[in-house]
Amino acid sequence: MVAHAADAIPQRSRVWAYIARWLLTTNHKEIGTLYLWLSFTLFFIAGAMAMVIRLELFQPGIQFAEPLFYNQMVTMHGLIMVFGVVMPGFVGLANWQIPLMIGAPDMALPRLNNFSFWILPFAFTLLLSSLFMEGGAPNFGWTFYAPLSTTYGPPSTDFFIFGVHMMGISSVLGAINIIVTIFNLRTPGMTLMKMPLFVWTWLITAFLLIMVMPVLAGVVTMVLTDRHFGTSFFSAAGGGDPVMFQHIFWFFGHPEVYILILPGFGIASQIIPTFARKKLFGYHSMVYATAAIAFLSFIVWGHHMFATGMPLAAELFFMYATMLIAVPTGVKVFNWVATMWRGSMTFETPMLFAIGFVILFTIGGFSGLMLALVPADFQYQDTFFVVAHFHYVLYPGAIFGTMAATYYWLPKWTGHMYDERLGKIHFWTAVVAVNLTFFPMHFTGLAGMPRRIVDYSLQFADFNMVSSIGAGLLGLTQVLFLYIVIKTIRGGEKASTRVWEGAEGLEWTVPSPAPHHTFETPPQFPPIMQRDGR
Amino acid sequence: MNDTRNNQRKQVILLASLAVGMLGFAYALVPLYEVFCEVTGLNGKNYGRAVDPAVAQVQAAPSNREVTIQFLAHVGNGMPWEFRPTEHQLKVRLGELKFTEYYARNRAAQTVTGQAVPSVSPGYAAKYLHKIECFCFSQQRLEAGADQRMALRFYVGDDLPAEVHTLSLSYTLFKVPAVQAASPGARLASNQQ
Repeated sequence: MVAHAADAIPQRSRVWAYIARWLLTTNHKEIGTLYLWLSFTLFFIAGAMAMVIRLELFQPGIQFAEPLFYNQMVTMHGLIMVFGVVMPGFVGLANWQIPLMIGAPDMALPRLNNFSFWILPFAFTLLLSSLFMEGGAPNFGWTFYAPLSTTYGPPSTDFFIFGVHMMGISSVLGAINIIVTIFNLRTPGMTLMKMPLFVWTWLITAFLLIMVMPVLAGVVTMVLTDRHFGTSFFSAAGGGDPVMFQHIFWFFGHPEVYILILPGFGIASQIIPTFARKKLFGYHSMVYATAAIAFLSFIVWGHHMFATGMPLAAELFFMYATMLIAVPTGVKVFNWVATMWRGSMTFETPMLFAIGFVILFTIGGFSGLMLALVPADFQYQDTFFVVAHFHYVLYPGAIFGTMAATYYWLPKWTGHMYDERLGKIHFWTAVVAVNLTFFPMHFTGLAGMPRRIVDYSLQFADFNMVSSIGAGLLGLTQVLFLYIVIKTIRGGEKASTRVWEGAEGLEWTVPSPAPHHTFETPPQFPPIMQRDGR
Repeated sequence: MNDTRNNQRKQVILLASLAVGMLGFAYALVPLYEVFCEVTGLNGKNYGRAVDPAVAQVQAAPSNREVTIQFLAHVGNGMPWEFRPTEHQLKVRLGELKFTEYYARNRAAQTVTGQAVPSVSPGYAAKYLHKIECFCFSQQRLEAGADQRMALRFYVGDDLPAEVHTLSLSYTLFKVPAVQAASPGARLASNQQ
């Protein structure tokens, strides 16, 4: 890569030039790289917190973590995984890939792009610094329900609030940038209905971000004013209502969970056709299904609140609306399977992760359907069954999606092939470890083990020990992933332009590694693919 | 190229205003929530604020149908008051004006301000319980060790659905933090008129 930004400033020293280059870069590829490394770093930090949680739950009783510290670990693990790992990871992929996939020279608003990224390290420093404060880090769970975060929140809650404000600004600016890029910078001939699906899913995700991140900003601001400025939004004593917190929070929260998965859908829709060597089955229905999921996500927030004493009519409405989401999601799963049907499939690492994604995400979807049933939810709510559900959709969903994308596009980014043997080892250990960790949680949850509690009854001991062993293995496999990525950056077999035999799309027409500047003139579309793939 | 520039600027402005609008929507959810609860009678909050006695006299044409009103009292976390109804149950004819009292005593060694928040069950019947005078309309202040009887004057509308035979009126008494006691928040003022 070329140090372009560095040319513009006086070269006082190499170190300065290096810092300035990354601090001031407006290049979509460099910013994408920054996002991905931030996400990867926070993945290990939040993963370490998960290790503390699983270590404590290895046996019943209180061994390593005091209850207050355990609660802080649960809260910070959730917050960082959601806002610091999955979201920046997907934004990083968007930065790298969207301009390459639509034939644009860069993002439409490069300076804004730089600004959106550089807010994030400060936001997470603010959030993480709360761990070292008097009274400890936020301990009320990532959902920060009132009055836990208002009346009973530790002093560091204010740092959490400002951290969330900054992440929100970053996400909204990033989303505006992505939408404007997609609307204006597509190469001539690429109509909306000819865009690659990763671009489509990101377009819809960006709209979700713009619509719900401000709602999150609003609700944390209400918490802030309730804490310090004498308002009573969520305090019954002053005429407010704590249940209203949950309504506003989940109005943000449910679209948020689709923000965490839609780009993953896009990734699977890019990778599966490549390795099945067939066109994606049902392109149009994929686009409409994504849009339908995004729309439905706004009218199902009540399913997080079935136990708050909602009237029957509202419970029925939210139950049916939630179950309706299974239809477009089912369309997607059907299309992926139909794409593989009678394809000439090969199982390189990205394909393995994509198939793992489809199968395990579907399991998470099914437990979601179980939770959507009001009478069943009365039993399951706040147990480890819920923990099992959302880890099945997030780990093999969002995280496997990001890993699949990394293996798929890493040769394009670095110019080197990753080590296929190590990649396969990574996949198979990860897939075993994920199931070992999260599958037993279904059983402990159904048997009534409550979530977010440091200790548990003796009868859950065996399943928890299995979960903890799985979690340790899962943590180790990610160290292997880090090693594979670094090894690929530093060397390896040269990657060809097209990289994969069945790859289609504009990003596979630029050399590997992708040069600093690409598509300075709009490329021809549809592109003529070279026959040099593996 | 210039066209693209203009397009981009327009889109950025549109999208940014969508974001700002959604921030406003988050705040708009607060009054919307209250209106929604009021219209549907959810939450059992008695939103019928103080009714003008003159209007009440006109509307109150006692009928022969009787309902039972039960009175309940709770104290919120950290509230050091004794708080109970003086009568636990009353038979009331629809439209009949009734008077009862709650008793409160401050057991703490310092002055404490309290705010009672009502809740009616069944929730959808809340709008038929009309209050003319209630201690919940304002904050109550008691010196250390002091006690007082607090008035409640109400009637039940004669349009009360036929299947309702018993209404429970519950008050939760919350301790008002010193900050809010000194200058009641804007929301409080607008709510409790």
